[in-house]
Amino acid sequence: MTTTTRIERHHYDVVVIGAGGAGLRAAIEARLAGKKTAIISKSLFGKAHTVMAEGGAAAAMGNVNSRDNWQVHFRDTMRGGKFLNNFRMAELHAKESPQRIWELETYGALFDRTKDGKISQRNFGGHEYPRLAHVGDRTGLELIRTLQQKIVSLQQEDKREFGSYDARIRVFSETTITELLLDGDRVAGAFGYYRESGEFILFEAPSVVLATGGVGRSYKVTSNSWEYTGDGHALALRAGATLINMEFLQFHPTGMVWPPSVKGILVTESVRGDGGVLKNSEGKRFMFDYVPDVFRKQYAETEEEADRWYTDPDNNRRPPELLPRDEVARAINSEVKAGRGSPAGGVFLDIASRRSAEEIRRRLPSMYHQFKELADVDITAEPMEVGPTCHYVMGGVEVDPDSGAAFGHVRGLFAAGEVSGGMHGSNRLGGNSLSDLLVFGKRAGGHAASYADGLTARPKVAVDAVEAAVETALAPLQRDTGESPYTLQQDLQVVMGDLVGIIRREGELADALVRLAELRERVAKVSAAGGRRYNPGWHLALDLRNMLVVSECTAKAALERQESRGGHTREDYPAMEPKWRQVNLVCSLDGDSVRLTRKPLPKMRPELISLFDRAELAKYLTDEELADFDASVADAGEADNR
Amino acid sequence: MSAKRQFRIWRGDETGGDLQDYMVEVNEGEVVLDVIHRLQATDAPDLACRWNCKAGKCGSCSMEINGKPRLGCMTRMSTFGDEETVTVTPLRTFPVIRDLVTDVSFNYEKARETPAFAPPADVAPGDYRMQQVDVERSQEFRKCIECFLCQNVCHVIRDHEENKQAFSGPRYFIRAAELDMHPLDARTDRKEYAQAEQGLGFCNITKCCTEVCPEHIKITDNGIIPMKERVVDRRYDPLVWLGSKIFRRGETPQTSVTTARQGSASLPGTSRGGVHSHAGGSHDPQAEAQAQSGVNWHREVPHPTAPAVDDRGRLPLTELTFDRAAAPSPFGDDVTFPMPPEHLNFAHPDQDDKH
Repeated sequence: MTTTTRIERHHYDVVVIGAGGAGLRAAIEARLAGKKTAIISKSLFGKAHTVMAEGGAAAAMGNVNSRDNWQVHFRDTMRGGKFLNNFRMAELHAKESPQRIWELETYGALFDRTKDGKISQRNFGGHEYPRLAHVGDRTGLELIRTLQQKIVSLQQEDKREFGSYDARIRVFSETTITELLLDGDRVAGAFGYYRESGEFILFEAPSVVLATGGVGRSYKVTSNSWEYTGDGHALALRAGATLINMEFLQFHPTGMVWPPSVKGILVTESVRGDGGVLKNSEGKRFMFDYVPDVFRKQYAETEEEADRWYTDPDNNRRPPELLPRDEVARAINSEVKAGRGSPAGGVFLDIASRRSAEEIRRRLPSMYHQFKELADVDITAEPMEVGPTCHYVMGGVEVDPDSGAAFGHVRGLFAAGEVSGGMHGSNRLGGNSLSDLLVFGKRAGGHAASYADGLTARPKVAVDAVEAAVETALAPLQRDTGESPYTLQQDLQVVMGDLVGIIRREGELADALVRLAELRERVAKVSAAGGRRYNPGWHLALDLRNMLVVSECTAKAALERQESRGGHTREDYPAMEPKWRQVNLVCSLDGDSVRLTRKPLPKMRPELISLFDRAELAKYLTDEELADFDASVADAGEADNR
Repeated sequence: MSAKRQFRIWRGDETGGDLQDYMVEVNEGEVVLDVIHRLQATDAPDLACRWNCKAGKCGSCSMEINGKPRLGCMTRMSTFGDEETVTVTPLRTFPVIRDLVTDVSFNYEKARETPAFAPPADVAPGDYRMQQVDVERSQEFRKCIECFLCQNVCHVIRDHEENKQAFSGPRYFIRAAELDMHPLDARTDRKEYAQAEQGLGFCNITKCCTEVCPEHIKITDNGIIPMKERVVDRRYDPLVWLGSKIFRRGETPQTSVTTARQGSASLPGTSRGGVHSHAGGSHDPQAEAQAQSGVNWHREVPHPTAPAVDDRGRLPLTELTFDRAAAPSPFGDDVTFPMPPEHLNFAHPDQDDKH
């Protein structure tokens, strides 16, 4: 009791956990609704992982091609997610993205322009028309800075009105939330610590928005920052919410694996498009051994033919290096597992011996400069070491599509951005994440505000819950017999990277679950050296628990889903199975253990499903669903004739 | 290809601290931040250091490496000699929290004081029209990743705590410039604001900020100087000057301001030599380390401050136009003797750990 009375307490209407694009947009909306809003940022304000997004924000504004509209965007998104998307989220996203982007301009954003002065839009994989609003290759930075500056401008308004910048919206930077506090099934607040001082902090608030991003730090090779430890996923689970689609992670087949300074950073596919080839440790160009039968006709069978394609694509077949991402990843994975990998556990991507230095610099300027500057690797002189890198998690908190309210048995909890699930189905299209942040950030913030409005009495934080949270948080510091959190994280990364990586097998997944259970025992006894002030070892020790439970969800769901779809590839079930499209795998927490249940996908409304060709639908739907579709089309036809 | 390398890292907090030696494995192709991560995983699990993206995009891992403000993730180990000791210290301009982590809240306060973008009143969302060439000028400044290295290196506040209140620093000059150049920003007083409220006049264009910018933003040439130029134009127009004297209430009084004209920036030599020096910024790592472990990390080291230059960027040479008899003090105008001992940049070799 003595410990809990001295904890700094704050009262807010809405607490937003996470200060990336989704969190900031949610906070802006809650504040605009007149709610007293707190933003909790694990890093400094404005450093969130959103800054890493390069490509752009997808929105069907039709500035470059006027034929683009929300229906086309919706179609592309569903296709990209292999029809596993929550259709309503994909629909809202496609409809509302343009407004969200235009709104950013009123906050001061400066996108690249078309000739007639509108926002320029660029092409991107999977999008039928040029659709990505962009600012060079730093769109994410522009987005985060714009939202950050909008928050500052709201604070300036509050200063004029109330005399304090923090009157209605305050940023708690370098603060980590370790626990959500409940009153029955209602959210009552959030508990955490200031990273700087190690002091605890308690927020009493009826509405909490999770916007904590992804889970990539559980993987050996990842493009994600240290913050991506699945905090929001784990907080939601422990509060009684559910996660869906956790088996779907987006891997890029060619991320750098060496040197460490650039480990995880993506090597764009155009390196292969411009002549780069993949070789194993024996110097063999191995992709020829991995052309699946269905692609046999389109891909070259000899190196000579493949090499001719670069200059004469009309009369030659494509080199097998340009197979779809999952095929390339599978091939790399097999080579490494067969012991023919590079020293750092990848394969060699060689463009240096195939193109002149001058040509490489001309065709791949940003790749060349990035690696030269960050790692002193000269891609014109030596091959790169590459392997699959973990990039994005499609799965996340199961939410109501319109409000972002979490499902399960908790009220007052909302989620937006990468931490929420459903929007991207089994695979995300490039550019859809930035618009996702804005669309669902706004929605979650707005609904969190109106939920707080609708309450007659404020939920109360129970003292014993706070005491328990304090005890859990301090435990790693008080033990000195356990293992180092860094060792445990490395071990977790090995398990996830090797056994629940890009290509999955039943035996390996089962093995992963056994090892995760062992790790759980070890993590429960982790000890952190040092004191409470800015102690990264302690912070990691606390994050590990979240990483572990989220990894378990991924492994369990990956074992359960016996098909390959989007970001989930099972070597033992290589085909996409229409039956499985009807199923979401839902994770919840039962005491300490992860429980997995199956749940049918919501049925797409007729006017949405009729946006697709029957031939395309046939690839995804079961026979019964197709019969349904035919019947509804016939009905509609009759209705028209009448 | 790994080798053991010597690192000296400042460990401590606001009560003090010192450089500690570590021998640490370094592999080919690594950057300083990789080595710090290895130290955390081995010898120093509680070594405090900020980082996020590890790709030079977020601006979190700002530190001083061998006395030079750098991003840890962008400083390759291959840039040091094989036997060279790498000394890593926290940003000097901001108060230390722990180890390499400093309290950078100064910057966020200045950000809050800078008036936000003012949207044009009569343009609806979606109807904004701008030409690429017009947005490019502002876009250069929006590349800023807020690493605050420019703030850290700026000599106006680097060792002058007393200037912090009146001076926003290069980061916020380019924020003002960015809004000034924004084709649709409705406010028209960005320059005047920079001069009156942000302390633009303190800047004497030594270009240190430009030099350390990891995004290669031409902070001085493209941001600060154009802001100064037009402010100067207006302030030196006799009618405008008279008007401002009559209609405007007093601006913040400015101390040691050198309202250098645009010309001075391109004059060779004026940006260096005697205008200022960074204490402890010698290129001898040994001497530097000593200076840093010397007395107190937060000590105020007085700097020689050059007197104001004239319109042509020159020092006044005749006593007729100068504000005192005889030549300016070689120690700077703001130094009075005798100096208080705690201001001396000196550590007695025999009383090393007395503080």
